[in-house]
Amino acid sequence: MKRQWLRRSALLLQALLLALPLYAALIAASHAPGDLLGRLPWLPGNRLLANLRTVLGAGLPGSPSVLRMLGNSLVMALGIALGKLMLATLSAYAVVYFRFPLRRTAFVLILSSLMLPLEVRFYPTFQVSAGLHLLNSYGVLIVPLIASATATFLLRQFFASMPPSLLDAARMDGAGPLQFFLHSALPLARTPLAALFVLEFVYGWNQYLWPLLTTTDARYATVVMGMQGLINAGTSFALPRWDLVMTTALLALLPPLLVLLLAQRWFIRGLTDIEK
Amino acid sequence: MGGSQAAGAPLPGAWFRGWLLPSLLLAPQLAVIAVFFLWPTLRALRDAFYQGDAFGLSEEFVGLRHFAHTLSSAEYGHALLLTLAYALLTSVLALAGGFALAVAVEGLRSGRTLFRTLFLWPYALAPAISAALWVFLFRPQVGLGAGLLEHAGVHWNPALQTGQAQALVLATTVWQLLAYNFLFYGAALQSLPPSLLEAAALDGARGWRRVRDVIWPLLAPTTLFLVVTDLTFVLFDTFGLIDVLTQGGPDHATETLVYKLYEDAFRNFDQGAAAVQSLLLMLLVTGLGVLQLRLQRRRVPA
Repeated sequence: MKRQWLRRSALLLQALLLALPLYAALIAASHAPGDLLGRLPWLPGNRLLANLRTVLGAGLPGSPSVLRMLGNSLVMALGIALGKLMLATLSAYAVVYFRFPLRRTAFVLILSSLMLPLEVRFYPTFQVSAGLHLLNSYGVLIVPLIASATATFLLRQFFASMPPSLLDAARMDGAGPLQFFLHSALPLARTPLAALFVLEFVYGWNQYLWPLLTTTDARYATVVMGMQGLINAGTSFALPRWDLVMTTALLALLPPLLVLLLAQRWFIRGLTDIEK
Repeated sequence: MGGSQAAGAPLPGAWFRGWLLPSLLLAPQLAVIAVFFLWPTLRALRDAFYQGDAFGLSEEFVGLRHFAHTLSSAEYGHALLLTLAYALLTSVLALAGGFALAVAVEGLRSGRTLFRTLFLWPYALAPAISAALWVFLFRPQVGLGAGLLEHAGVHWNPALQTGQAQALVLATTVWQLLAYNFLFYGAALQSLPPSLLEAAALDGARGWRRVRDVIWPLLAPTTLFLVVTDLTFVLFDTFGLIDVLTQGGPDHATETLVYKLYEDAFRNFDQGAAAVQSLLLMLLVTGLGVLQLRLQRRRVPA
């Protein structure tokens, strides 16, 4: 239908407009710094690989190694995502498959942590972490962030929706709570766990304020929190190095973007299920 | 998630006995919550009422003095109003844009997957990285967007012009938030019966009326959810975005509540003011959370 094509062209135009910041970054990352003075070139240049080699090798003059910052970001994102999933799975399993005193209290306590995200209590949490001498470590980048009300809640819903006959059958085979967890509950929770992993990996990789406060030692800097320093370092020269700054920005946005795009299909399906 | 037809909870007897194992399973998460959630919250509650000396050797109880000081300061009032205006404006724009895009994309007969990806991708970006892209785009004399504005006769200099800095922060935030709203509206539309979606495929005034009268009311729960989530994001998660774009300047023009708290705590080392501001932020976010719970409860008749 003609109307459909009209609509599609309008949408495409909007999508291109939306992608303009990314396109400009790609242009900058693929040119020599001199080419970026005056009007920005319309098409990407051929220096992307050279710029990548510079950024990942020598890095930007006067700032920590980008390769190291990327590695730190990966450690932080993986640590937070896996930590959150592990803690949340164990808690949800305990709450659904056991009856014990204070079960509800524990669950409500976990859920209540949702009410006050780290962004509003960063200052006292920083003070407590400093008091415990945790600053400048991988531990402080990860551990304070691995409690997860959202993941616990969603996994509890999932476990509670599994048919009770499953447990009866397992019991008849003589399975104890740990065997049932490892051989039945955990494998069945694969899909929600994978969807939650995407969510939490993006969350962990994109942290800015917390690493900024807790890592003054450049050895623990992450690439997202280091972005402002990189911009300052890149623009402090007579000839601003936007080529290197934007190459770093592209490297910093690629991992969470890839994780999201690879998982997009069932990530949306998972959200649709949560919405119901 | 999944299997929503199954029983809501295991039948009586369909669980394990004992308390030691479940306590061990819960212990790690409860320990993290106790140390990094409860303790800091209590500490902020206490510090808000105490004043330490310059060497951190002694403290005295000062009652509500920090509260009075913060709440009566013109800077805090300014930051509060600025933050509310910023949050409301950004949320409304992102909601409207996300809804329009989602309706247009889900109403397509084919190619929906491609368009979903084309509008979804900014969701994965860190606000600070989005800001880095926009810094370059609107750098005077260098950026593409700055060039267009200068060409149109605007004296573009967001480092000095307060209104321009605010516009830049606003645009970047809406750009980032649009993907999020598009994602949730899209997911909600996909769970509607396909016959209803055809309403969105109609063009012209007839299609618009059907979107307004049929689709929009049906998505009210999603809108309520997104209003609170958007407000929360703008209020609390935009620190990195502002830090990279404007550092709260020029002349405090983009200093939100969270940014001001950061400045008072880590630049001015004012522990009392920082504790009070932390408490006020906690109150604000708790209020939003309660609002969200109430709205959600109303939507699901128990």
